[in-house]
Amino acid sequence: MSAVPHRLHLEGLPRRRAVNRAMEVLAWIAATIAVAILAIVVFSVAQKGWSELNLDLLTKSPIPFSLTNAPQGLANAFAGTLVIVALATAMALPVGILVAVYLNEFAPASVRNGVGIVLDVLNGVPAIVIGIFVFGLLVVGHGQSAFAGSFALSCLMLPLVARSTMEVLALVPNSLREAGLGLGIPQWRTTLSIVLPQTIGGIVTGTILAVARVAGETAPLLFTSSFVGTQTNWNPHHALQSIPVAIFELSESPDPKDHARAWAAAFVLLLFILLASLGGRWLATRSRRKLAAR
Amino acid sequence: MSTADVSADAPRRPLSGRRVRFGDLSLQVVAGAAALATTVLVGLIVWKVIDGARLAIGNYGISYVWHVAWNPVIDHELYGAGSFLFGTAITSLLALLLAAPLAMGVALFLTELAPRFLRAPVTALVETLAAIPSVVIGLWGILVLGPALRDHIEPTLHSGLGFIPLFGTPGSGSSLFTAIIVLAIMILPIVSSISRELFLGVPHELKEGALALGTTRWEMVRGVMFPYARGGVAAALILGLGRALGEAIAVTQVIGGGVFIHSNLFGGGDTLASKIAASYQGSTTKLQTSSLVYLALILLVFSLAANITAQWVVRRVARRHGITRGGHA
Repeated sequence: MSAVPHRLHLEGLPRRRAVNRAMEVLAWIAATIAVAILAIVVFSVAQKGWSELNLDLLTKSPIPFSLTNAPQGLANAFAGTLVIVALATAMALPVGILVAVYLNEFAPASVRNGVGIVLDVLNGVPAIVIGIFVFGLLVVGHGQSAFAGSFALSCLMLPLVARSTMEVLALVPNSLREAGLGLGIPQWRTTLSIVLPQTIGGIVTGTILAVARVAGETAPLLFTSSFVGTQTNWNPHHALQSIPVAIFELSESPDPKDHARAWAAAFVLLLFILLASLGGRWLATRSRRKLAAR
Repeated sequence: MSTADVSADAPRRPLSGRRVRFGDLSLQVVAGAAALATTVLVGLIVWKVIDGARLAIGNYGISYVWHVAWNPVIDHELYGAGSFLFGTAITSLLALLLAAPLAMGVALFLTELAPRFLRAPVTALVETLAAIPSVVIGLWGILVLGPALRDHIEPTLHSGLGFIPLFGTPGSGSSLFTAIIVLAIMILPIVSSISRELFLGVPHELKEGALALGTTRWEMVRGVMFPYARGGVAAALILGLGRALGEAIAVTQVIGGGVFIHSNLFGGGDTLASKIAASYQGSTTKLQTSSLVYLALILLVFSLAANITAQWVVRRVARRHGITRGGHA
């Protein structure tokens, strides 16, 4: 490489040092900018959301086109998000774990690589396209429902859960599997009652991270669960409001009162997601270290 | 082999043997079915999107892709993806142009410069940026960033660099420019965390060798680390581009909307993804719905192309360096 001098240019040294110094300063600035962006966004949301945060947000229903100052909340959105995300997790978790078990314990290398690429491709499909897909699959002819929204979110969760489970499965030492098989325990029992229990910690943290990721997703829900009532509803056969869709709609409203509720909802959502993803990350490093130490 | 042998053996082995094999087989079949279902799901996504776009494909053919039109008035309906394709290209490419040097700086800072006590916290903070939901970034973009850009940055750029057509008359604050900044914020953590891992993978002996030859730290980065990590960094940039292409919500919130191709970054527009998201409240006709799905199809093709290219590059690089690294973002 031409940047590596072939002989010492002593006379060029001050200039080379200056370039080096400039680049170091630029890298420091880049890191400062990245951290500052996070600080500004989180601070904005916290500052504007905190002042609007009250119990009404969780307990009261929204009143569309309200001209009075009657207290409004987003109770329907909180209930809907709980239902939709819980259902999505219930759909994605077992399938994701089974995919990981198959790829890690049974599949030949070629199949593992192939399905691995499929998981990466699925992970790369834009969320809005997943929304359009589920719209075409479940909504056309049947109408929107929380169930359709959950299915859309589960498509996003599936590759995340499968990948994180595969990562922890790969850390389980082969000696454990061999010990099980050596004792004459059939492979399926070895897998289910010896190998998988070792990975519970990793699966739980992977699931937490996946939930944190999809709880804030708006795009898959726009076409699947957005024509909603204002009353709190827990029935997944109906379209249910969700926090992200509520924030999206409120943010496009011209009414500052709506903005205030959007900030409050964004604050709650962000708090949940940051705690879940930081907690999940911490647990992940811990359980990985524990497994790797064995 | 005589039948007597088999029957003599029968009571002892096959019963338990068959039960064992049955358990193994059923777990393998169930788990294999899950893997197959995942593969089928990806195929189903592609098929459903093509199927939904069929009406528009039949009506407009391939010229839909570059035709500039979006007229939902009944009896005069005419749709085309041209302006959205332009919006997608200009926002995601410029966002990448903004984010790439920043991300390189962050990654180099985290691997080469940061004092030890700063490394873990700053790494965690940058990754936290990726965890913020796009709707929250969009809310901040429309209510805080957009007005700030409109009042301060856009007039400055216009008066200083107005001779460049990109920096035209400032508008409402909802603009391509705001969308570019928001997208840059969203892809920065992706590109920087992958690049950081790549830089960490550069062998110490190469770096130390360069330093021992008397290079400065920057010359070592340019002469050893960049060439070594080149392929991976390219993959990281492509993944970032794929993310920017597909981002719908935050862009919809800040881009302003509109069906035009103009060079003024401070005006409104739409990307493929933002046009789809903005139309969620329903279409008047079947043809309009189908045209929206056609937009999704174009988007799917581009993001799959970006993703598969990036995976391919990552796998090639990993094979060359003899290391296995997760290819997923």
